[in-house]
Amino acid sequence: MSTLHTEEMTLNMGPQHPSTHGVLRFVIRADGEVMREAIPDVGYLHRSIEKIAEKVGYHGFMPYTDRVDYVCAMFTNQGWGMACEKLAKIEVPRRGEYCRVIAAEFNRIASHLLAVGTMGMDIGAFTPFVHALREREMINDLIEELCGARLTFNYMRIGGVAWDLPPGWREKALAYLDHFDPILDEFNSLISFNKIFVERLANIGVIPAEEAINYNLVGPNLRGSGVKWDIRKDLPYSVYPDFDFDVPIGQGQWGVVGDSMDRYMVRILEMKESVKILCQALTRIPSGPVLAKVVRNFKPPAGECQIRVESARGDMGWYVVSDGTGYPWRVHVRTGSFAAMGLIQKLSRGLMIADLVALIASLDVIAPEIDR
Amino acid sequence: MEPLKIYERVKERFGERVLEIADKKPDPFCVIDPKSIVEVCQFLHDDPETSIDALSNESGVDYEDRIEVVYHLFSYRHRHTAVLKVKLPRENPSVATLENIWKSANWMEREIFDLVGVNFEGHSDLRRILMPEDWEGHPLRKDFVEPLEYHGISTVRESPIIRLDAGKK
Repeated sequence: MSTLHTEEMTLNMGPQHPSTHGVLRFVIRADGEVMREAIPDVGYLHRSIEKIAEKVGYHGFMPYTDRVDYVCAMFTNQGWGMACEKLAKIEVPRRGEYCRVIAAEFNRIASHLLAVGTMGMDIGAFTPFVHALREREMINDLIEELCGARLTFNYMRIGGVAWDLPPGWREKALAYLDHFDPILDEFNSLISFNKIFVERLANIGVIPAEEAINYNLVGPNLRGSGVKWDIRKDLPYSVYPDFDFDVPIGQGQWGVVGDSMDRYMVRILEMKESVKILCQALTRIPSGPVLAKVVRNFKPPAGECQIRVESARGDMGWYVVSDGTGYPWRVHVRTGSFAAMGLIQKLSRGLMIADLVALIASLDVIAPEIDR
Repeated sequence: MEPLKIYERVKERFGERVLEIADKKPDPFCVIDPKSIVEVCQFLHDDPETSIDALSNESGVDYEDRIEVVYHLFSYRHRHTAVLKVKLPRENPSVATLENIWKSANWMEREIFDLVGVNFEGHSDLRRILMPEDWEGHPLRKDFVEPLEYHGISTVRESPIIRLDAGKK
C-alpha cells in the first residue's frame, strides 16, 4: 500500500492582516493545517524613536514616548519621567505621584479591555469586543477630561504631571468604578467561561515558568506562567506601597499552567486589582502641588540609569545615558512585546494555523512597542 | 545582594579579566574583558549565591571612540540587578553571543547588530530585525548620515510651512 504524500506549504500572513494587532508579518511553513514553524518578520512600524530622543532633548521627548506604546501611553510617559528624575534626583510631589498612579491604572484597565476584547474577536466572537470597547470608551472620556487626549496622552512631565484633576473629576471616576465592577462579572459570564472559548484557549501555547524567565517574558505573560512577580509589588516605585492589592497568577484551572487561557484570565483578574488600587487612590489623594520645579533647560548630570515600570504589557525598562548636555546621549527601551515576539517562533511548532492567532492575542503583542 | 558585592565576587573569581568596577551613581557597573563575557555570565547564572536567571536588557551604545554593549542582568530568586559592560573598538566590534545562556539575547542582539553594528560571534540567526534587509549603515551610530532616498522614495520633504507660504504668493 502506498503512503499518502503531503507537501510543505509556505504561507504569508500579514503585514496587513486584521488579527495580527498592528503591522506584523509571519512566514508560515505548514503541513496542511499544522505549522512546522511561524517566523515573525517585524520592523514595519520602526520610527527610530530612540534616535529621535537624541535630537529633541529631555522635555521635548515626552510626546514621542506616547508613540512607543499608544495603547498604554501613560506608562511610557511615566517610564521616561522616572528615568529623568532618577538621573537628576528630582522628587515628585505626593499629589503628583497619586495623579500618575490614577491615570496609569485607568490606562491599564483600558489596555486590558482592548486585549481581552480583541482576543474574543480573533477567535471568532465579535460581541465581547463591542462590550469591552464600550467600557473602554468611557475610560477614554475620563482621561480626555483629565489631559485632553484619548490615545497619545502626553499627560506626565519630568517631575510630576501636567495638570491637576479637574473639578468634579474624582466623583465621576469613583462613579465609573462602581459601574465597572459588576460589568466584569457580566463579561465573565458572557465569554470567559463559555465552553467554546475555553476549549479554544486551554492547553494552547503553553509556556513553562522557567522558559518564560529565560525568554525574559514580563507582566501578565509571565504571571500567566505562574510566576508571582509584579514590579509594583516586588520592586516598588511611585506610591504603590501605599495600596493594598493582590498579584493574580495563572492557576491552570482549565488546562496546564501557562496556557493561553491562563494569560487571558490574569488580565481579567488584574482589572479587578486595578479597580481596588483606584478606589484607594481616589479616596486618599493628598492635597498639594502636582509638579516639582524643573528648569526648562533641563540638563541632568552625566551618568546612566535604568528604571523599570510595570506597564500593561509588563516590566518596561528604560536605559538612559546622559552626557551632561540638554540632549540624552542614548535611550533604549526594553518592552514586553519585543520579548514575547521572540518566543513565538518556538511556540508555533506543531500548532494549528488558527491557533497562532489565539496565541498572538493571548501574548497581547502591540506592534509599535516591538518596533519603536 | 548589592550590585557592588556581586562585582567583588566576580573580581575574586576572574581577577584581571574584570577591567573596572565603577561605583557610580545612580547605577554602579562593572567592565569585563570582552573575551571572557560568556564565562562571567555563565558563572553568574550557575552560582547559587547570584543565580542570575534573566537577561533583562541588552543595549549597544556608540561613544564615538568606542562601542559599549551593556548587559542588565536580573535574578528573580534573589531580586538583585547587575550591570555588566564590554568595551569594543569602533572598527568591526565583535563579541561572543549570550544566546546559549539566556534565549532572550537572540532578539536583543539582532537589534544591536541592526542599529549599532556589533557582530555577535556564534549567534544562530544574525539578521537585521527592525531596518529593511538591504539597508546600509547602522542608524544609532553617531556618524550615521541618513540617505536622501531609499529605492526611489525620498526620505526628506519640504517643510509644510514653507509650502503654505508659496501658495500665498
